[in-house]
Amino acid sequence: MFRNQYDNDVTVWSPQGRIHQIEYAMEAVKQGSATVGLKSRTHAVLVALKRAQSELAAHQKKILEVDNHVGISIAGLTADARVLCNFMRQECLNSRFVYDTPLPIARLVSLVGNKKQIPTQRYGRRPYGVGLLIAGYDEKGPHVYQTCPSASVFDCKAMSIGARSQSARTYLERRLDQFLDGQDLFLSVHFHHPIYFHEYFCACDISTVSSMHVVDLSRFPVTIFCPFLADLDDLVKHGLRALRETLPNDQDLTTKVCAASAHLGSLHLGDCCSSENGI
Amino acid sequence: MDSYLCPVERKFAPYSFNGGTVLSIAGKDYAIIAADTRLSRDASIILSRDVVRSHQLTNKTFLGICGFHGDSSALIKIVKTRLKVYEHDNGKQMPTIGVAAMLSTILYGRRFFPFYCHCIVCGLDENGMGVMFGYDAVGSYSMSSYGAVGTGTAMIRPLLDDVISHTNTDLNMTVSISLDEALQILHDVANAAAERDVCIGDAFLIHIITKHGVKEEKFTLRRD
Repeated sequence: MFRNQYDNDVTVWSPQGRIHQIEYAMEAVKQGSATVGLKSRTHAVLVALKRAQSELAAHQKKILEVDNHVGISIAGLTADARVLCNFMRQECLNSRFVYDTPLPIARLVSLVGNKKQIPTQRYGRRPYGVGLLIAGYDEKGPHVYQTCPSASVFDCKAMSIGARSQSARTYLERRLDQFLDGQDLFLSVHFHHPIYFHEYFCACDISTVSSMHVVDLSRFPVTIFCPFLADLDDLVKHGLRALRETLPNDQDLTTKVCAASAHLGSLHLGDCCSSENGI
Repeated sequence: MDSYLCPVERKFAPYSFNGGTVLSIAGKDYAIIAADTRLSRDASIILSRDVVRSHQLTNKTFLGICGFHGDSSALIKIVKTRLKVYEHDNGKQMPTIGVAAMLSTILYGRRFFPFYCHCIVCGLDENGMGVMFGYDAVGSYSMSSYGAVGTGTAMIRPLLDDVISHTNTDLNMTVSISLDEALQILHDVANAAAERDVCIGDAFLIHIITKHGVKEEKFTLRRD
């Protein structure tokens, strides 16, 4: 009703105590395609649904590597996400260069939060129109964080953002204890079409896996040999199932639209391997 | 106590001489880099017997540096960071010739206060052939199939000239040598240099880069 009077600048409060520009920016995140982040005791995984502008265009990259131990998945304005990703990369590189240590995720996330807050309180600027899911592994274990255009930062057990992400969140809420405690429950779910290509980001401590697994994972399909990685396998499956919840009924996940890149601890295994892999 | 009534000379000595030698042989499908592990100061005291001079940059490229160890550590950090940035921007690892060109610009960037580092970049190029680049302190570089830098250069290079490319002999042609032959040559040459040069010794750390990966070998020398 009175929204229109108070929504021109980010520096204007509404009588209800809201800043509409920030809320409009959050809408931009809801326009982006869905992405899911979840973690177990040993791994943090991001899964994302890629969208193509048109039939001619390639599917938009949704998962970006920030460092060996951190990755982000984006929903919203891709250009804003790129800028934030560059910033995060710089910070991570700086930490490695100066302190010879990977940047702890909590610290990285607070740096991003502070950076995002600045344009929400400055006349003439606009909030970053992108929500990030930040997944990483540091000394304290795996983490999944969510950030909003409002610059709030949430530490999550699992999260989904983007279009129709509520269904994914419901799925994750229901099955939280199945993957969070690292129980290796195998769920068999049959998809109508096989999922050919996963792009997922996974960060974990390198000490939980031997070099053998590194080799295996780098050439998808992922047929996991080690019991440790059964954790990862199930985690990714949960992520993909959650993602599937966000699709309209007539569509299914295919390799072209699913995005992930695997990292293990300090080793970079390479992005987006494509090969057939049915679940 | 110093007198403040007249000019006092101070010596600004930003460099230290840490000795050591790095040598490299690049063949048809392999590249070997060997670096000694003795860290000395001013050719008079041994600071360490197991310092690492050859650093892996990618799965195909090694960088060996000798000279001043402080500058060498700083240089390797800079190179590794730049490599990371390249990976982020390009989605792939920097090829060996890219590393070589980049190192030249990094070194020349400090033309007026150089890194006291003599470098060798060695590895496989995009076609799987071994390549090696030798540098001076300010970034002048060239590609060759063998080389040495450090205190042992004057002793090692003529030896390699004779054995690998047979220059200055009647034969005067480069013979293609196999990996095992190259390792044998390296072994003998390293030994020879270590016997005569005080700054070289303790052990040689050898890295063999082939398309199958990187293999590390170490052979120890006399600790004198």
